[in-house]
Amino acid sequence: MSEQLQVPPAEFQSYYGRPILKVAKWKEPDLPAYLFLGEMSGALAMVGAMAHATGRRSLARTARLASAASAFAGGAFLTAELGRPERFANMLRVAKPTSPMSMGSWILAAHSGLTSLAAASEVTGSLGIAGGMAGAASAITGPLLATYPGVLLANTAVPAWHAAHRELPMLFAGGAMTAAGAAGLAASVVSRDRADFDAARKLALIGAGVESLAGYGLEHGHGLDSEPYQTGDGGKMLAAARYLTIGGGIAALAARRSRTAAAVSAAMLTGGGVCAKIAVLRAGKASAADPKYVVASQRPDGQPGSRSLA
Amino acid sequence: MAECHPVAFQWVVEAKNRGATIIHIDPRFTRTSALASVHVPSRVGGDIVLLGALVNYVLTGGHEFRDYVAAYTNAADILPPDFTDTEDSDGLFSGYDPVTRTYDNSSWQPTGERDPTLTDPRCVFQVLKRHFSRYTPEMVQRVCGISQADFERLAQTLVRCSGRDKTTAWVYAVGWTQHTTGVQHIRSAAILQMLLGNMGRPGGGIMALRGHASIQGSTDIPTLFDLLPGYLPMPRQEDQTLDDYLARLPNTGFWGNKRAYFVSLMKAWFGAAATEENSYLMPMLPKLSGDHGTYRTVLDMIEGKVKGYFLWGQNPAVGSAGSRLQRLALAKLDWLVVRDLALIESAAFWQDSPEIATGELATEQIATEVFFLPAAAHVEKEGSFTNTQRMLQWHDKALDPPGDARSDLWFAYHLGKRIQAKLASSSSERDRLLQNLAWQYPEIGEHAEPDAQAVLREINGSGPDGTLLNGFAELKPDGSTACGCWIYSGCCAGGVNQTARRKPQSEQSWVASEWGWAWPANRRMLYNRASADPAGKPWSDAKAYVWWNEELGEWTGHDVPDFERNKSPDYIPPDGAIGTAALAGTDPFIMQRDGKAALFVANGLKDGPLPSHYESAESPVRNDVYKQDQSPVSVLYSGDRATKEQVAGHATTFPYIFTTYRLTEHHTAGGMSRQLSRLSELQPELFCEVSAQLAAERGLENGGWATIITARAAIEAKVLVTRRMRPLRLADGAVVHQVGLPYHWGGSGLVTGDVVNDLLPFALDPNVLIQESKVATCDIRAGRRPRGAALTALVARYRAQAGLEEDS
Amino acid sequence: MTGKTADQNSLFGPLADVSGNAGYTEHPQRVGFFTDTSVCIGCKACEVACKEWNGLPDSDGDVLELTGLSYDNTAALTANSWRHVAFIEQDKPLIDAQSDGDGHATRWLMASDVCKHCTHAACLDVCPTGALVRTEFGTVIVQPDVCNGCAYCVSACPFGVIDRREGDGRAWKCTMCYDRLRGGLEPACAKACPTDSIQFGPLDELRALAQTRLADLHAAGETGARLYGEDPDDGIGGAGAFFLLLDEPEVYGLPPDPVVTTKDLPDMWRWAGAAAGVLAAGVVMAFSGRRK
Repeated sequence: MSEQLQVPPAEFQSYYGRPILKVAKWKEPDLPAYLFLGEMSGALAMVGAMAHATGRRSLARTARLASAASAFAGGAFLTAELGRPERFANMLRVAKPTSPMSMGSWILAAHSGLTSLAAASEVTGSLGIAGGMAGAASAITGPLLATYPGVLLANTAVPAWHAAHRELPMLFAGGAMTAAGAAGLAASVVSRDRADFDAARKLALIGAGVESLAGYGLEHGHGLDSEPYQTGDGGKMLAAARYLTIGGGIAALAARRSRTAAAVSAAMLTGGGVCAKIAVLRAGKASAADPKYVVASQRPDGQPGSRSLA
Repeated sequence: MAECHPVAFQWVVEAKNRGATIIHIDPRFTRTSALASVHVPSRVGGDIVLLGALVNYVLTGGHEFRDYVAAYTNAADILPPDFTDTEDSDGLFSGYDPVTRTYDNSSWQPTGERDPTLTDPRCVFQVLKRHFSRYTPEMVQRVCGISQADFERLAQTLVRCSGRDKTTAWVYAVGWTQHTTGVQHIRSAAILQMLLGNMGRPGGGIMALRGHASIQGSTDIPTLFDLLPGYLPMPRQEDQTLDDYLARLPNTGFWGNKRAYFVSLMKAWFGAAATEENSYLMPMLPKLSGDHGTYRTVLDMIEGKVKGYFLWGQNPAVGSAGSRLQRLALAKLDWLVVRDLALIESAAFWQDSPEIATGELATEQIATEVFFLPAAAHVEKEGSFTNTQRMLQWHDKALDPPGDARSDLWFAYHLGKRIQAKLASSSSERDRLLQNLAWQYPEIGEHAEPDAQAVLREINGSGPDGTLLNGFAELKPDGSTACGCWIYSGCCAGGVNQTARRKPQSEQSWVASEWGWAWPANRRMLYNRASADPAGKPWSDAKAYVWWNEELGEWTGHDVPDFERNKSPDYIPPDGAIGTAALAGTDPFIMQRDGKAALFVANGLKDGPLPSHYESAESPVRNDVYKQDQSPVSVLYSGDRATKEQVAGHATTFPYIFTTYRLTEHHTAGGMSRQLSRLSELQPELFCEVSAQLAAERGLENGGWATIITARAAIEAKVLVTRRMRPLRLADGAVVHQVGLPYHWGGSGLVTGDVVNDLLPFALDPNVLIQESKVATCDIRAGRRPRGAALTALVARYRAQAGLEEDS
Repeated sequence: MTGKTADQNSLFGPLADVSGNAGYTEHPQRVGFFTDTSVCIGCKACEVACKEWNGLPDSDGDVLELTGLSYDNTAALTANSWRHVAFIEQDKPLIDAQSDGDGHATRWLMASDVCKHCTHAACLDVCPTGALVRTEFGTVIVQPDVCNGCAYCVSACPFGVIDRREGDGRAWKCTMCYDRLRGGLEPACAKACPTDSIQFGPLDELRALAQTRLADLHAAGETGARLYGEDPDDGIGGAGAFFLLLDEPEVYGLPPDPVVTTKDLPDMWRWAGAAAGVLAAGVVMAFSGRRK
């Protein structure tokens, strides 16, 4: 139900060219760091559970530890984003389905708890079944954690985000896979059980493909609302993400045999994932700052008239 | 009006919502224009031409309200043969002395004969017609830059909305008064309104928007040097006796009771010490010996003739014209007392006036002893305000002033007490008045605050036994009554503080007589007898206001009649009658000696019995109406440190006009508003307003800087390029650009800026000595101004280029 | 959040009882603002009254500088400016104005902007701490003791109203003087406005009044006059603070036809679910096949 605008209106009026919306307060590195770490943690939780179930011990260990660590690291960045970080616990004051941030806070809380248990079980060797069940449960919270930020961003007034409510969760799902796969590839560089990590390599390739498709959708799927993903700071970062992801994917093809390739692939894929998150933030800010995006999206024919549907 | 009186402007908006046409005539398109029905951009200083052309339009088209004019104005008065009009001598009236630059008005005095047919060539009506005959729509285009089409529409609307069933009101403020021909601007509007029959009628009249809270009060109980309370004149040196003094007021009309008003005033001031024998101490009063206006006084300060200065809530270092001279004057005083809410520029001049930066003054060389005394703000004291519509409103005190801050009343009273105490044993004649001052008011509280209500009661007046009077009709000439201000008598009628009444408008008639109290006698509209025809019947039902009730034998209506209540419309005064008996039952204008509205003013104005257009003291163009360029009698202090106006020299060096004005967000010289962050952030910086065309011509950018230079000073301001300023096309295609400058900024406060009034000369209206701050000429350049000595050098270069002499 | 009245229009569409929908069983009439910009004289008394009553800090920024935006030095609604008077100069005639001698015409629009107190308030919907709440009067307020400054509301508001205060860290916006409402008084801005450009009262009365005013203006030739935010069928369910404008909304810096973002939320969750599914499928695929 997004408006497909082919040609931006030739003239539009504004109040001295000033923004209609408020530009997002979220900043770098905090928000992109959280998005990256959160999605990675989400996918890694599932990887860890699958690896555990299929006896890929090294992969399981890496994934479960990394999943917990990145969940907490992500949480720290999220807290730093708050204007009143000491009140982060207020995120669990209510549970509100209309607020993806509320839902996400509960998902993150649950996921952090579950991945901690799984990681503890990994480290201590005890907790056996509990650890296993926690890990399995985190394989459910994981995908939710990875994709809910797409809803969070889309559920705003920012035209470039709101229009992209299909692509953003996909971008994050793909990014989750790529990030998890890259983590595995990185671990494989120094591991003795390299064969364990082949699933991570395959996951990275699948993720790169999904990310690239979603990125394409962002850039070309929404007319004027896609412009911030093509031009300016957002466009530059998304282009960087694309090249890094593609490069990392190619490197991943050789990564089964070559540790060097695995390292290169991990670095490039990680870089690509981070760039993609930064690109989304910057595109959103540009979309809010220029009033033309708001005006054009609400005047699809360039004509005044209500576009709201009953 | 929206800009400076936003709360009052709600009534204009209300009127517009009820179908009134609001026409805004102003050189700029302001917040008032935004809500008006029509904006007529007009060159600043050209309004007499516009108003004169409207008078001409009315007379030529026979649109005057004939019955009203014939009955209620002096249109029928015959003028003497030796009276000559500006038509006869290209811009001057008979009796002009170019050496003294004054008029002798003996040839202006009516002969005493009248022509009721209004056809005699020497009757006022015909003289008026002839006088304004050259004020044509074409002249309006040439002088004001108003198109003939716009003029036609304005004139037609005015005429259509005047007459028996409709009335038109004119509302003005300092855009008319702050000119060397300021009074004549008002006169022009008065003539127009008299011809249209709009005076004394609901929805008509001329409303002067007086600016400050209680500025009307400041002339009623005057802070002006030439008036006593109630507009009694200040005695002059020639007034040796009480009779000499009183002879200067009319014997007929309500001024005929002058003795009662004046003697009661003296009794209020001096109590028992003022007796019939000593002429109520009148001969001892200080007397005028010439021009004691503030600008003359400032020049005297510079020459060392004035030693001390009290500034109470006044900031001339920023707020008065020629503010550079104001500051130089402060530096020459022996002592200065400033009472204000904060350290205003006039108090801090010795450390940070712009002249310190240029090197013209040095702090260590300024010998002035400055006393700064904190003042109470308006919520920290009780008292009354008298605002524009002559209404007194009592204000209660909400809280005590902080620390040492005190009210002006406290200060004046205790200063007087201390001076009285110091002079108690003096035997000098000069000190007798102060010794005899009746200076006793109840003192309240730990600070001994004098009881303001007691002062109000004294102003109201009391009889011999101390009972409060109910109005000025009860004042006696024999010393048995006391009254601090005869026009305010009745404000405590019945022992009630009438000024404190607050009956909401929803609970009373549209005249709302029970909110506050208006002088005189709670009449809300002056001269309202004129709302009824000579027989006493309203001119129309739609505009009924007061009328004669034959059965009861009295005037009645929606307001207190501004007429003797029981005087029948049939009353004809006997020969030789004096006082109010001299006025007929058909003479509504009861303060005039003949009871008639004066189309032609034979006495009282220094610059002519009829308004004539002269260019302002500084103008880029010559007078297109007469050969006489500027007012022949304006006060210029040439020979002193003021500019010497030379139109030819200025036209090339200072080719643009600038005008000064106010913004809603700030208040006068900014002494109060620029101390407050709430207001300062609304308008943080001094800016000039220029048209896109002027900006292009001078390379000015919106948001950038500009320097404005006149023959006196150079200042800098940010630039607002706006379509609300437009170049005006005058005679022969000449294009005139106007620069707008709000004058609120100075060096003290949260937000600071250059002082706009530095740009202005001392050029005054001769009747009331008000300065021409609305128009002068300037140059404008892009960029900031120089600092230090380079600033004075810049101005000197411009002056040299304009052929002006250097002053020291 | 118990006791909430279920209503199919809880997220979007006309909602007759907004306080009831928020959980109040008994509550006074819904109140709001009708800002008739056709009588605004740009005096900014509303800005000052609001700041004074609410004790707001001075404007953002250390330097007090002219903006160059006509007489508007406030520039926008922010955490510290809850009323903002906009000034727009145009080359357009007044209704029955004639042009001046040069054939020009000038119009100066002035309008006092404020939080819209939307029927469907995106800020409220997205607030994760429950700091933003609906009051019994139907207005929307932030509870400053709960807000942790996540700034989600800042990105969700389609009007760019709510803002996070520098240094303080919390989100702030107009409360419609909630404390004054509870004391039976009208908001400070409405009280101060000299021309009654800002009118306050029961919302349905204001809507009726606005329709009459609109008709009067149209009859007088002001064909550009229109109501903004008055229609319960619009994208936010109608505003608690609506306006009469004399030109297009975007001329005033207002979005032409905003829709509450929450309207599309169910669809967004579905797509997120799909994406989660893709992720799960991807992981499974990555683990299929033999280990080599």
